[in-house]
Amino acid sequence: MSRVIVAMFAVLLTLPPAMAANVPAKAPVKLKVGDLAPQFVRGDLQGRIFDLKAQRGKIVLIDFWASWCSPCILAIPHLGQLQKKYSGRGFQVVGVSMDDSADTTNETMQKIPFNYPVVLGDAKFGNLYGGVLGLPLQFLVGADGKILAIWSGEFPPATLDKGIAAALKKISPG
Amino acid sequence: MRFAALIPLLTVLLLAPLVASAAPGDALTIPVAVQMQPAELAAMLKAGNAPPILQVGFSVLYQQAHIPDAQYTGPGNKDDGLLNLKTLVDVLPRDKLVVIYCGCCPWEKCPNIAAAYKQMMAMGFTKVKVLYLASNFGADWVDKGYPVTRGG
Repeated sequence: MSRVIVAMFAVLLTLPPAMAANVPAKAPVKLKVGDLAPQFVRGDLQGRIFDLKAQRGKIVLIDFWASWCSPCILAIPHLGQLQKKYSGRGFQVVGVSMDDSADTTNETMQKIPFNYPVVLGDAKFGNLYGGVLGLPLQFLVGADGKILAIWSGEFPPATLDKGIAAALKKISPG
Repeated sequence: MRFAALIPLLTVLLLAPLVASAAPGDALTIPVAVQMQPAELAAMLKAGNAPPILQVGFSVLYQQAHIPDAQYTGPGNKDDGLLNLKTLVDVLPRDKLVVIYCGCCPWEKCPNIAAAYKQMMAMGFTKVKVLYLASNFGADWVDKGYPVTRGG
């Protein structure tokens, strides 16, 4: 059976592109600052339920990451430090793993300590957030549930620190 | 020196093996001469004369959006992905133009593209082009308005 599938793919490769089948689907809505962060409730890999709406009143950093994304991996300890430093002031990080399998994420989580919840993402989740078509990608969500900042690609940790500190100042001066 | 000052260094040292395993290839070794700019491929698609295109990255990204008619091979940083790539292109003449792309993360951090390119070269392909996606597929292809197929 698998040989038949491989043969079918091989034939498809030799066809002119216009002859191959497309699966049309609607483009996701691109999110921007000021939009309400799309609601999600997912079981995290630490055995709890993460409900974004239940975080209202807090500043939430949604960190899309994957085991294959080296800049994302390097950022995790820093996110852990921010979680520890600001948790008393109403700050919450949630990691969304875009790994192709839960096993891969679990392996990574055995090597790196996470002090914040990690949920599994997928293509549907990616589309919910406007299409996660490259990492790193982070959304900073305000106490009212609206997106305060979107950081895509590599950037200095100071940018993140500054954005989070400014957001926290509004809900918890000091 | 305070211990706190050593934390960033220790962190990098501790994560080095994991990061290394996430990035076995080095896109910076791919010659500029074989890199293809997105606009060039988009023009070929528009003209209806696009070559076979292979996505050598991750499934979750391909499922969301990919270049029309691009075939998914699986990630170039995995043996399975390279094997699929080999099987898929083995039927093609070695002098046929083939485009490979990933765009999972910034070019110099991509763990897949260099390994896939090396595989194609090892198989004797002489006209492999590697789509240059500086930041990622979203920023350098989708956001530019170039054509995509949504869904897996």
